[in-house]
Amino acid sequence: MIQLLLDLQGELHWIPREVISHLSERLAVPKSQIYRIASFYKAINLTPVGRHMIQVCMGTACQVRGAQKVLDYAASKLDIGPEETTPDLAFSLRKVNCLGCCSMGPVMTVDGEYHGGVTLEGTEKVLKDLR
Amino acid sequence: MSRVASVGDLELLRETLRSRRDAKRSREPWIAVCAGTGCLALGAKKVIDAFRGELRRRGLGTEVVLKETGCPGFCEKGPIVVVYPEGVHYIKVDPADVPEIVEETIVKGRLIDRLLYVDPVTGGRDVHEEEIPFYKHQTRVLINKNIKIDPKNIDDYISEGGYSALSRALSSMTPQEVVDEVKSSGLRGRGGGGFPTGLKWESARKAEGSPKYVIVNCDEGDPGAFMDRALMEGNPHSVLEGLIIGAYAIGSVEGFIYVRAEYPLAVENARVSISQAREYGLLGEDILGSGFNFDVRLHRGAGAFVSGESTALMNAIEGKVGEPKPKYVHTSERGLWSRPSLLNNVETWANIPLIINMGADWFSSIGTERSKGTKIFSLVGKVNNTGLVEVPMGMTLREIIFDIGGGIPGGKRVKGVQTGGPSGGIIPEGHLDTPVDFDELTRLGSMMGSGSIIVLDEDTCAVDLARYFVDFLCDESCGKCVPCREGLRQMRDILSDIVAGRGKGEDLEVLREIAHLMKAASLCALGRTAANPVLSTIRYFKDEYLAHIEDQRCPALVCEGLISYFIRPDLCIACGICERNCPEGAISEAEVGKGEDTFMVIDQSRCSRCGICFHVCPSKVMAVARTSGRSAPQQLP
Repeated sequence: MIQLLLDLQGELHWIPREVISHLSERLAVPKSQIYRIASFYKAINLTPVGRHMIQVCMGTACQVRGAQKVLDYAASKLDIGPEETTPDLAFSLRKVNCLGCCSMGPVMTVDGEYHGGVTLEGTEKVLKDLR
Repeated sequence: MSRVASVGDLELLRETLRSRRDAKRSREPWIAVCAGTGCLALGAKKVIDAFRGELRRRGLGTEVVLKETGCPGFCEKGPIVVVYPEGVHYIKVDPADVPEIVEETIVKGRLIDRLLYVDPVTGGRDVHEEEIPFYKHQTRVLINKNIKIDPKNIDDYISEGGYSALSRALSSMTPQEVVDEVKSSGLRGRGGGGFPTGLKWESARKAEGSPKYVIVNCDEGDPGAFMDRALMEGNPHSVLEGLIIGAYAIGSVEGFIYVRAEYPLAVENARVSISQAREYGLLGEDILGSGFNFDVRLHRGAGAFVSGESTALMNAIEGKVGEPKPKYVHTSERGLWSRPSLLNNVETWANIPLIINMGADWFSSIGTERSKGTKIFSLVGKVNNTGLVEVPMGMTLREIIFDIGGGIPGGKRVKGVQTGGPSGGIIPEGHLDTPVDFDELTRLGSMMGSGSIIVLDEDTCAVDLARYFVDFLCDESCGKCVPCREGLRQMRDILSDIVAGRGKGEDLEVLREIAHLMKAASLCALGRTAANPVLSTIRYFKDEYLAHIEDQRCPALVCEGLISYFIRPDLCIACGICERNCPEGAISEAEVGKGEDTFMVIDQSRCSRCGICFHVCPSKVMAVARTSGRSAPQQLP
């Protein structure tokens, strides 16, 4: 089930309600059970995500090197909170636990591309380039 | 690719591959570029593309081999490029450097001084990997091959001696002998618990029931740890080989590799390695003509820290919610689908081929009395040379941080070291001479965990760090058992109050009480160890807690609620960067007298203490200052 949801999400970027209804019928699994799984795992999105996904790593190594500031800054620039999406569906901001690039913290990924040693100016530039 | 049907076939293949490789290498140099996630984040992809273009342009595209390899560990200095056969080690390579490297080093065989590592102590330049202090003090038996192997090419692994341990086990050892070898090596689980691996194997081998399963745990959730990622990305076949040997030893026909979704490259390389091994017949039926059948499936995680716990991980593979189960019975007896299941961490599996090839005696000659072999640590945080370091068990923290890590940036003082991930503890500076092994770290109130060493300097607040870990675990607790779910929430509330300056006298006592209860009553290791960061910080940094609670002061100038920002008129150049970036509009320009010096001031009543002004103030100016425990100096004349 988890692999199925991940694959579907790979195509759709999120899991809409209709997909869950459809899955439930096809697999004869109650919707509640699918929702239980889908809501437990962070990687599965039950709400639409923006065209650009920004993930700020909040792992310990990034944390001690100032990841919180980067997250706050990105949030204030986009005018949304972490785990939210801008109303025009352009950006989603996420905090993630550890991207495993602890050497170059603070790290953020923009549409899957890694940026290491992120500064506030760097964040601003990245956001500007995407606009 | 054709099937490798027997042990003899494998050796023949290895010989062919080696002679083809060596013949080519004796004629032309070859280039290894680290394509691990770390170097990719620093732009390695562009470097690789630049090399490809430059080699093609010069008509060297077919002669000079360009390899995208795994991570050698020196992530701080990435992107890393090594030019063989000389082994010239270049750091921080930019795509613009590529034409020069090809011209000078590849064609003319000359060194480019500015790309070499400069020893910060002697000022000398180190040409080869083995001369650089970061590598020199390590004992690299697990990650040494990463830079020589293209992880997407099984032939590279075989040329480097890969799958010889498997052929040895299948052709000349009984399953029991394999178990005995692992037992006498003294290997202990690298995932965190440190349980003796051989005993786990023994019990899985003896367990009744079939089919039996073997599982690789690559759900490396500990923030700050990335050795499993580096191994899975950089040398996936070494893990796979260990897994196949394990399957043979306990009599399993099916295995799983569980990789967390946050590691897309590890997922990809694991997938490729499985399919290549299958094509060669190293997975499937009648492996190497031994009559032993075994196959592996890949399972992607979906982002849940607790799923790295063994029973939770098995639930996740079954397609259920990844919550832990009570372990009345070991998973080696009743695990996945209630069948005997042998689950080991990536690094544990990667050690197996070495033990089989080099022998248990060799392995147990490395390390301390009760912790054998090497351990890969991720050395990160406030340290000069961050990256992955592989050292024998028992090296002291001081040697790791100063000899290998090159000390603390900016000449600051080490405040402590956080080990063991969110469930570990913080070891203060006074204990840096402790040898690092499973038992010593536990004795100090921390733990080995998966091997993260996060160095903290004086700018890290111990209370804030404890709050961070509790907050992390609070989010990640699955909520199944009350002590963990509610205990963490209570601790988070108390710690949030303390860092905001609302701490109460009895807080420390209450924290201790909750911690002990969680230790005694939680269902899985997440809850049982969740209080470690709190207990260890109270134990070693009690004065910092008291400063927050009694004096409303954060000595490290971190906790937002207890500090104020102000701008020093004598340093400010009134460039206005802070004014533009202040989200509260609290900064404005002030003037002393008419037409005299202008500078910026912060309106303390509007300041939210986000610290953005502090970070955006140009490093040459540094006019924004912090203070704690007293109010900001009056600024306006």
